[in-house]
Amino acid sequence: MILDSLRFIADSAVDVLPIAVFLFVFQRLVIGAPMANRKNIVIGFVFVVVGLGLFLIGLERTLFPLGRLMAQQLTDPAFLREAAALPGQVLGWRDYYWVYLFALAIGFSTTLAEPALIAVSMKANMVSGGAVGVWGLRVAVAIGVGVGVSLGCYRIISGLPLHYFIAAGYLVVIAQTCMAPKAMIPLAYDSGGVTTSTVTVPLITALGLGLAEVVPGRSPVLDGFGLVAFASVFPIISVLAYGQFALLRERASKAARRGRVTKLSSTTKT
Amino acid sequence: MNDSLTIFAKDMLGSLRDLAPIVLVIAVFQVFVVGGSAEELLALAGGAIPVVLGLTFFIFGLRLALFPIGEGLAHSLAERGSVFWLVTFAFALGFGTTFAEPALMAVADEAAEVAAEANVIAATDAARDGYAWGLRLTVAVAVGVALVAGVFRILVNWSLPVMIIGGYLLVLLLTYVAPEEIVGIAYDSGGVTTSTVTVPLVTALGVGLASSLKGRNPMSDGFGLIALASLTPILFVLVFGMVMQWT
Repeated sequence: MILDSLRFIADSAVDVLPIAVFLFVFQRLVIGAPMANRKNIVIGFVFVVVGLGLFLIGLERTLFPLGRLMAQQLTDPAFLREAAALPGQVLGWRDYYWVYLFALAIGFSTTLAEPALIAVSMKANMVSGGAVGVWGLRVAVAIGVGVGVSLGCYRIISGLPLHYFIAAGYLVVIAQTCMAPKAMIPLAYDSGGVTTSTVTVPLITALGLGLAEVVPGRSPVLDGFGLVAFASVFPIISVLAYGQFALLRERASKAARRGRVTKLSSTTKT
Repeated sequence: MNDSLTIFAKDMLGSLRDLAPIVLVIAVFQVFVVGGSAEELLALAGGAIPVVLGLTFFIFGLRLALFPIGEGLAHSLAERGSVFWLVTFAFALGFGTTFAEPALMAVADEAAEVAAEANVIAATDAARDGYAWGLRLTVAVAVGVALVAGVFRILVNWSLPVMIIGGYLLVLLLTYVAPEEIVGIAYDSGGVTTSTVTVPLVTALGVGLASSLKGRNPMSDGFGLIALASLTPILFVLVFGMVMQWT
């Protein structure tokens, strides 16, 4: 176990080291001046490397195998027939409801644990002066991923073309872009790309490939991929919606405050 | 020292809260739906410990190293006012981190397998390796180009929605022209490029650049680099698939 942890930490060091070396060399050669707080930065890199190593070993050891196993079990036709009480019959798309529910729950919960998303939310919270909540943004993104992955499973089961859904998703994004507060738009677009990194991708890819293998008429090669694309479009929609909601709430509270002020001034007059 | 300990304890609580949903979802489905054993639940709880510790360490290091370094470099480059070095830095960061990305290597190998099955390339190891290498190179160049475009956008104030939506329209168009078996891989390659270490660095770069330029707002101008880095790999991989089919 300890040897394994060391191996994972060494792996993450191999991933992070080239980036760190590049940054230091660039700083030295191009900027010329030494980095401010060099000691802190080196310590920080060590924490990043050890942290990523531990994080990955925990995921690889238990969460991923269990998640993959469950994706297999839930997509098993025997299990689905039993759950739908249809022994020996052909399954319709409605009979896969456990799959949709699992996709929703796993998409939502893995996104909340995504370290890259935590980083972006912290930055957005800092930059917006607290207007964008760290937790609020993450929940908005997680809802988007959950709904997206669930719909993606429906697509695999129904066999409809991938680009229909993606195109429809982007049409909604275009409509929202015209209405949402301007400052939210780049952040919302970014949250589409952020969601799909360390935690979410392995689990939903397993779900997609598992589904494509057992649903009659689907091939893992053509239909198994594409869930990641769903998980990238739908968070944009949910974050833009979160921005629109925040704007409405702000307007409402401003209007309420104005109401109170006019009331106050009228009472002082009398 | 005491201060950093309090921060650490707070981060640890935060990580616990972040990971509780996953553990809960897996445990609930395990017990109520597929009927797992107590042993598996115990293993799940045991596996969660290094995950919580790891996430806490990562967030701690993020604040100490990744954010300051990204922003510091953006500030110094903006101060020097050298567009050449800024663009070079953006390209090198995007290309380098993507080419070395383990998730991308896995996807590239799988894609080579698919291509060999579809008779696009010969079913030999050399052909497969060449294909996987070409795909990795394509995606890495795509991310480098994306960061350059994103930095340029912050400098000259182009509209992000126009770039993104225009880009996806192009993706849609190419989807009809490109060979069928590359489409799923192309769409997914947009997602695998943005790794846990790259995202904070790139975000800090954009926000740092926007906040050190006059007339730019870090909130409405600083973000958007990740969005571009998720778009260009789809475009480039679709083109790669077409080129591989024609030659």
